Amino acid sequence: VTAANTYLARNDEVAARLFEGEMIVLSPHGPTMFTLNEVASIIWQAADGSTSLHDIVVAKICAEYDVTLDEALADASQLADELARHGILLVSNEPIQPAAADGEGNGAA
Amino acid sequence: VLVVAIGGWPVRITANEPSFLDLINRRYANFVSHDAEDVKLALRVDLAESRRSEPDDRPDDDVRVVRQQGKWSIQRSDFQAVWNPNGQTACIRQTANPYSLDSLLRIVHTLALAGDGGVLLHAARVIRSRRAYLFAGLSGAGKSTIAGLTPADATLLTDEISFVRRNQDTYVAYGTPFTGEVNRSGSNDSAPLGAIYFLRHGRQNVLERADAGAASRLLLRHVLFFATEADLVRRVFNSVCDCVVKTPVYWLTFVPDARVWELIQ
Repeated sequence: VTAANTYLARNDEVAARLFEGEMIVLSPHGPTMFTLNEVASIIWQAADGSTSLHDIVVAKICAEYDVTLDEALADASQLADELARHGILLVSNEPIQPAAADGEGNGAA
Repeated sequence: VLVVAIGGWPVRITANEPSFLDLINRRYANFVSHDAEDVKLALRVDLAESRRSEPDDRPDDDVRVVRQQGKWSIQRSDFQAVWNPNGQTACIRQTANPYSLDSLLRIVHTLALAGDGGVLLHAARVIRSRRAYLFAGLSGAGKSTIAGLTPADATLLTDEISFVRRNQDTYVAYGTPFTGEVNRSGSNDSAPLGAIYFLRHGRQNVLERADAGAASRLLLRHVLFFATEADLVRRVFNSVCDCVVKTPVYWLTFVPDARVWELIQ
């Protein structure tokens, strides 16, 4: 599995809110809160189930920050794995259907 | 029959023991309504025999709240209750102590009013100049201390649990009868929310504005909510986030004397 065929989608059971570039995410599996930094928040918001991780990193991270593609991909992959472990992000090697990808209240507000 | 209205949500209570209704009448005296119209819930209390070895009051740690086929099953070690929101009826089986009913009412209110932007918070509440001020903090942070220092021109309404509810574009704080160390029932009135203070002890009085992200994280830790359904959790989460956007939130570091109240207005 590579970033080119890795797709991310927000868990639609998650509650999340963006405050000044910082995303607060409430886990659906218990009273656990996550605070995503600016870059992680960008990836979270772009996780629409249909855009590959590679394309997210190229368009949203490398275009805005002084970072190499390899570094950015490594960091983004690590972040995706971590959020997936907590059940707040879905990761798949094929596009994720919209029903599971985007629900009211789980994106930026 | 007794009607108790907390946060503008009237509940009609009946019991198989008149003496228990008398007890509840005294406990919720400030919240007894004489208007039987628009009752949201008819609650029947079935009293069981008390087992003397068990404490009356206990934390909500072991509470279990589950919705099955449209009805809520609410259980704690000292009571069992079923609430049918569609039929607006509920029954609770408990011993003749008021704490079980306290707990059920807290839970039912959090569930029923979650959709209206209502949240119950572990926070002391004071009204001053027609504005409500909430004081939140972890155990030992000073809620009861600052409540005990309330000046003459302010009114302490509760040192334990406050109820906040959205009213169009603002948030309003309501009194609740749920008591803390002050051990007196709160006042049954409401006021627009003026500010929220997160307390911490220090060597001098300092007020610092908290940004909305930090404020929402802090306030979420003080929310009482018992269900795990994603939709309801999201509604409560959104209410808290909206509330901190519309309400000034501060860190209040204080020394325990009355001068701290110079910062609160």
